[in-house]
Amino acid sequence: MATLRGDVGGLELENPVMLAAGILGTTGASLRRAALAGAGAVVTKSIGIEPRDGHPGPGIVHLGVGLLNAMGLPNPSYREFQEEIDIGRTGGSPVVASIFGSSPEEFVEVAGGLDADAFELNLSCPHAQGYGAEIGCHPGDVEEITRAVVREKSVPVWVKLTPNVADIVALGLSAERGGATAVVAINTIKAMAIDVESGYPILGNRVGGLSGPAIKPVAVRCVYDLHSALSIPVIGVGGISCWQDAVEMIMAGASGVQVGSALSGGLDILKSISNGISRYLDRKGMALADLSGLAGRQR
Amino acid sequence: MRPSPVRIVEIIEETSTVKTIRFDSARLDPLPGQYMMVWIRGVDEIPMSFSGPSEMTVAAVGEATRALFRLRPGDGLGLRGPYGNGFSLIGDRILLIGGGVGAAPLAFLGDVARHKGIEVTSLMGFRCSEDIIFKRRFERLGELILTTDDGSSGIPGRVSLGLERLDPDRFSQIYICGPELMMWDVIERWKDHAGKMQASVNRHFKCGIGICGSCCMDPTGIRVCQEGPVIPAVQLLEGEFGRYRRGPSGSRGPPRG
Ligand SMILES: Cc1cc2nc3c(=O)[nH]c(=O)nc-3n(C[C@H](O)[C@H](O)[C@H](O)COP(=O)(O)OP(=O)(O)OC[C@H]3O[C@@H](n4cnc5c(N)ncnc54)[C@H](O)[C@@H]3O)c2cc1C
Ligand SMILES: Cc1cc2nc3c(=O)[nH]c(=O)nc-3n(C[C@H](O)[C@H](O)[C@H](O)COP(=O)(O)O)c2cc1C
Repeated sequence: MATLRGDVGGLELENPVMLAAGILGTTGASLRRAALAGAGAVVTKSIGIEPRDGHPGPGIVHLGVGLLNAMGLPNPSYREFQEEIDIGRTGGSPVVASIFGSSPEEFVEVAGGLDADAFELNLSCPHAQGYGAEIGCHPGDVEEITRAVVREKSVPVWVKLTPNVADIVALGLSAERGGATAVVAINTIKAMAIDVESGYPILGNRVGGLSGPAIKPVAVRCVYDLHSALSIPVIGVGGISCWQDAVEMIMAGASGVQVGSALSGGLDILKSISNGISRYLDRKGMALADLSGLAGRQR
Repeated sequence: MRPSPVRIVEIIEETSTVKTIRFDSARLDPLPGQYMMVWIRGVDEIPMSFSGPSEMTVAAVGEATRALFRLRPGDGLGLRGPYGNGFSLIGDRILLIGGGVGAAPLAFLGDVARHKGIEVTSLMGFRCSEDIIFKRRFERLGELILTTDDGSSGIPGRVSLGLERLDPDRFSQIYICGPELMMWDVIERWKDHAGKMQASVNRHFKCGIGICGSCCMDPTGIRVCQEGPVIPAVQLLEGEFGRYRRGPSGSRGPPRG
């Protein structure tokens, strides 16, 4: 079978299929389990300065087209999280710490307090006041925060972008100027669902973010645009639920992919996606590098 | 799945802090041990075991359960489920061991078992006689041994004292639900029989569909909301069960009860 080993965003990965942030990422044991199930790397739940319980429920609702969620960044704070990262590492795949804060200082404090194989800056969560996309939609803030963390850490720093802006490429370029090793696109798309029996918004937070199959075409477009404009690698996430989706994302320009919502069908999906990519490459007589960005080269 | 709207048809006050809430949906078809995510609109969404095909039995402990307590027949709820793995019925002589409101899913299991001709013995522990629920329901199923912490009814003391009256070899399968330290105590004492015990485990659920990770247990990362809540006791011997549990933020804290 074709090897899938290679560099993704400054990490040498066994395969480019990763566990996305916020999915089974709260405990070291579940991160390890995802690694053992075949994830080339695992990204933690987003971790911040102080413990947060998250929003009242419902935190997630399964709509036919995808998942709508507003968890509200529940996390035990970086002070309680190093042990989980260390346990996660025993799964044999790199552990990427997803972190959030409300200012460059907070990001630096969290990053400084954790030892991980890479960092992913959550500048894109659409439903936590004062965090995530609220600062991540300003190119100037993205650049400043990226630069601050890059200065603090010697490992790769990825910046996860929000699609809830007119121009995601401007954000990507800011991350690149700030010294990011890679960008990750996309986080969830602002969305809402209402209970027609009662008129209540279903999510406890009333509004949230959409993920899953519905957002894949949006993610593919974002990755394509980012790959065309940036010189740093792009990691694709959004709606990937089978190997064909992953291949499509890689053709759009992703050098690696992350899988989130599709894990609701079980952890086997990780291996099934990477095996599918391998078989595809065998059938085509191609290497992974030939696929990356292929769509941009086809005229 | 979106929460399905149901209407409350009957509320039974079991004790001053426990109510059984019956709703009108007959389509859920749960197995005993499975649970639902109960949306109290405008308040929160919390996991509840089925105590019958279309009912739950709720102890008021906090904001969401107290909000459930304020509802009246005719009021609406949103339900997702049934979710998770229920109890699997094995053999023809079973023992139910419950503590407090943990009696709820066991009573449902007992009803189903009895219907199939399985012999049911129950050992139920409560804090005091006022807290006892489902006494008649368990008596109808077969032998019932009661314990109360304050000695006001049945054997005085913890549930584990009741174990001394029972021979584990008599039973084809043993089902446990209650406060974690009570379950831990029972499993520890009857460790040699752990291979035929199933426990309904309580962790902090948020999504109910096995992706958010808040209910994962050490050391395997088992997702209690999907691969549980009923877990074979042998899988609970080494790890966090009985030692600690994570709260809503993911921080570790002491197990309850
Ligand atoms: C699979 C599963 C099945 C369940 N089945 C039932 C059931 O059939 N009947 C039932 O009454 N409950 C059941 N529970 C527990 C129930 O979900 C919680 O009691 C509820 O979520 C508490 O919400 P709250 O907002 O009222 O309390 P919170 O505001 O969350 O908590 C208030 C206080 O109560 C404490 N508390 C919270 N949960 C519990 C608990 N389970 N036991 C003791 N103290 C607690 C908290 O530590 C806090 O101090 C089940 C839980 C799970 C995971
Ligand atoms: C329940 C849930 C929790 C999430 N939590 C986070 C998070 O903590 N940090 C983050 O950067 N992204 C988070 N995300 C976004 C995902 O990492 C991912 O970007 C998005 O879901 C799109 O991918 P998918 O369609 O494969 O799920 C979360 C998504 C879901 C569904």
